Amino acid sequence: METTITLEVQRYLPEKDTEPYFQEYKVPLRKKWVVLDALNYIKDNIDGTLSYRWSCRMGVCGSCGMMVNDKPVLTCATFLEECLPGPIRVAPLSYFDVIRDLVVNTDGFMDKLKRVKPWLITDQVKPVPEGEYRQTPEQKAEYDQYSMCINCMLCYAACPVAGLEPEFVGPAAIALAQRYNYDSRDEGRKQRNEELLGEGGIYSCTLVGECSEVCPKAVDPAGAIQRYKVSGAAEWWKSVVVPWGDT
Amino acid sequence: MARYGPNEHDVLIVGGGGAGLRAAIAVAETNPELSIAVVSKVYPMRSHTVSAEGGSAAVIKDNDSFDDHAYDTISGGDWLCDQDAVEAFVKEAPKELLQLEHWGCPWSREEDGSIAVRSFGGMTNKRTWFAADKTGFHLLHTMFQTTMKYDPIQRYDEYYVTRLLVDNGRCQGVVAIELATGKIEAIAARSVIMCTGGCGRIFPFTTNGNIKTGDGMAFAYREGVPLKDMEFVQYHPTGLPFTGILITEAARAEGGHLLNKDGYRYLQDYDLGEPKPEPIHRSMELGPRDRLSQAFEKEEEKGRTIEGPYGSYIHLDIQHLGEEIIDRKLPFVRELCLKYENIDPVKEMIPVRPVVHYMMGGIDTDIHGATKLDGLYAAGETACVSINGANRLGSNSLTELLVFGARAGQAAAEFASEQKPFSSALEALATDESRRIEKGFFSENGSNPESIASIRQEMYQAMEKGVGIYRSEDSLERSQEKIQELQERLMNVSIEDHSYTFNTELVAALELSNMLDISEAIIQSALQRTESRGSHQRVNYPDRDDEHFLAHSMAYKSEVGPPKIEYQPVTITRWPPGERVYGH
Ligand SMILES: Cc1cc2nc3c(=O)[nH]c(=O)nc-3n(C[C@H](O)[C@H](O)[C@H](O)COP(=O)(O)OP(=O)(O)OC[C@H]3O[C@@H](n4cnc5c(N)ncnc54)[C@H](O)[C@@H]3O)c2cc1C
Ligand code: SF4
Ligand code: FES
Repeated sequence: METTITLEVQRYLPEKDTEPYFQEYKVPLRKKWVVLDALNYIKDNIDGTLSYRWSCRMGVCGSCGMMVNDKPVLTCATFLEECLPGPIRVAPLSYFDVIRDLVVNTDGFMDKLKRVKPWLITDQVKPVPEGEYRQTPEQKAEYDQYSMCINCMLCYAACPVAGLEPEFVGPAAIALAQRYNYDSRDEGRKQRNEELLGEGGIYSCTLVGECSEVCPKAVDPAGAIQRYKVSGAAEWWKSVVVPWGDT
Repeated sequence: MARYGPNEHDVLIVGGGGAGLRAAIAVAETNPELSIAVVSKVYPMRSHTVSAEGGSAAVIKDNDSFDDHAYDTISGGDWLCDQDAVEAFVKEAPKELLQLEHWGCPWSREEDGSIAVRSFGGMTNKRTWFAADKTGFHLLHTMFQTTMKYDPIQRYDEYYVTRLLVDNGRCQGVVAIELATGKIEAIAARSVIMCTGGCGRIFPFTTNGNIKTGDGMAFAYREGVPLKDMEFVQYHPTGLPFTGILITEAARAEGGHLLNKDGYRYLQDYDLGEPKPEPIHRSMELGPRDRLSQAFEKEEEKGRTIEGPYGSYIHLDIQHLGEEIIDRKLPFVRELCLKYENIDPVKEMIPVRPVVHYMMGGIDTDIHGATKLDGLYAAGETACVSINGANRLGSNSLTELLVFGARAGQAAAEFASEQKPFSSALEALATDESRRIEKGFFSENGSNPESIASIRQEMYQAMEKGVGIYRSEDSLERSQEKIQELQERLMNVSIEDHSYTFNTELVAALELSNMLDISEAIIQSALQRTESRGSHQRVNYPDRDDEHFLAHSMAYKSEVGPPKIEYQPVTITRWPPGERVYGH
């Protein structure tokens, strides 16, 4: 007989349930299986009504983030064998509203991305026939790390501030702002500062640092926030002391 | 004139992958007055473009030329490409990639800050732009973020389209389910662009994500639009066994070797050139994908592959590149191998085997992305223009998304600008569709205890057996019968989940019915093409037959039974059909 492992999966169907509850499923414990494979096994063989998001199964589309044994992880990059002996608790990402089962509402997160103006802002539009902007490997390295974010939202599920303060733009969105701020082609930092140095911006962060701990892509949002604070403070100081200076 | 309130747009794009987003921006730039809808079953940045690794081709360096890129593409496609389309493609490619650079795409750079390019399979020169080995990821996120600054682009995220709205011979929108609420509604539009991606998920072993179920192809097909060249299915030679995760061709372009069980670079036995320590363009490991995957099958027949628990495999060896190059140019390869195979390619060889990767075929379009149905356009992997012919060259697809996404966007914008009135029948069509879905999948006739999963499993087997790298008449016929049986069985399935909230079982059922329809088109096109060309290899017809088959297959849906196949000539401009020569 094949060995099995138990998953305790959080269920919630708004039409029926007043409260979420956990349901147990036994699945084969196979080498090479990730938690997502176990969920797919359940959906195909035991219970077709279980709902969750996934697509790439290679840790790059950012769909499959969930709480596994109380930690936010990508379920397609977390092996069953890492969770022995079980049972394995699978729940939707913390601090997000649940739509159903393991599916959370991500509208707020999507709005936050837009709030930081995540596109290249330049004073003048460079015509395409003029060719590429030059950017040396060293210049690119300045923002490379921040450009690796897959929008999986694990950092939001780990951040107590984002949990308590819905207005807080949060770790990934700040890292995204920095991705453009430190891009040698960009001239939009001032516009982004309006959003990020004000309410719900970088100063809401109390340096818990959990966001960087859970990030599967080593984006280091905590570092991005820290770096912003250092430069942001300087800019604020400049605008107070020499209000006309920052032209 | 019937109005559809907020659910009414000028141009509606189904799909938020590379093709869809490029099309959306093109519409906005062609006519800023138009209202644009991007409808996608997943948030755009989850689209499978995100997983593309190796790069995107466009001539940029002085030693390269449009003609070289065109010739590589045409010979790579075994002369089934339409050469007018290829010529437009290679010319517009650099402009598109530069545009992306101006939107912020973090392309890898040379020391002097100019764009870096790498070699790729079947290409004569270095012309593949790359963002390390996460090119699709950066391309998609850059474009998604850029679309946020265009106010006319309105997104319908996590809406699952179930059919096209066609009346009076004109496509006028779609019916879609809002997944969060289960609401089924009409979204009317003066023109529609299908950018729904490929359908690798009809096979069990694929690099394609769960969402690649060919929905758009099936919708167009059901409305009488032909599917073109569907028999051409690309097997990529290097996928990780078990997961099917892709190890990019860039690993070979940087100098990786393919070794059989004796550590021998076996490609030298398959007319692909002589082994040299350094990578040589159009030779050995840099040959085209169809030839490399076929060589694997032959090698397997000879018993020179390695047996593993998930099928036989060979080795991809990149150790000699050294840690520095691997980390700089192939960091994702290392990350994926460590994570999913527990192997460090800096010190170990990578087990690989051929894996279903890409559809050369798709919705038949002209060079502007227009289909035979008025108001309907298509671009990206779901479309077949065709620049890919019988075998796509690696790194041409991402570029194709941009070039033909933009072209389709412009054409659809112009069509929509004519402001043809909507038919009054659209609402009724949407009501019918909602009834079809309720009745088809929610009714408790319950007599059939079958699950979606079991039918899907049988489809996998039929496709793997019938439409593998080498195909026989017999196995194709058996697969065709099987698919027909499964289509009937699916009609009688009732699903367990009757909720209106985020019902993923319903989506899976609808996707399965799409996949079965596409499967029949693939099999029938393969059956009738009694020659071997590019990725389509028929065991009893080993040669290319230009006299009969220098032509595109066009599969038209029948009321019952397999589709009708017609043929359309290939456009030849400057490169008459010749022999495909590699390694010389
Ligand atoms: C692992 C991998 C690596 C690759 N690497 C490369 C490479 O290096 N270079 C290269 O040139 N090519 C590469 N390719 C191929 C290339 O990435 C794809 O062909 C291309 O990204 C397809 O883009 P698309 O926009 O057509 O579709 P996709 O990106 O697949 O997007 C499809 C969109 O359609 C939407 N959709 C589908 N059905 C529905 C529906 N019913 N209702 C609503 N929305 C729907 C989806 O939500 C999605 O937004 C690779 C492919 C894979 C799988
Ligand atoms: S910063 Fe890291 S954890 Fe947060 S969304 Fe991005 S990839 Fe995920
Ligand atoms: S399924 Fe894409 S990140 Fe896990």
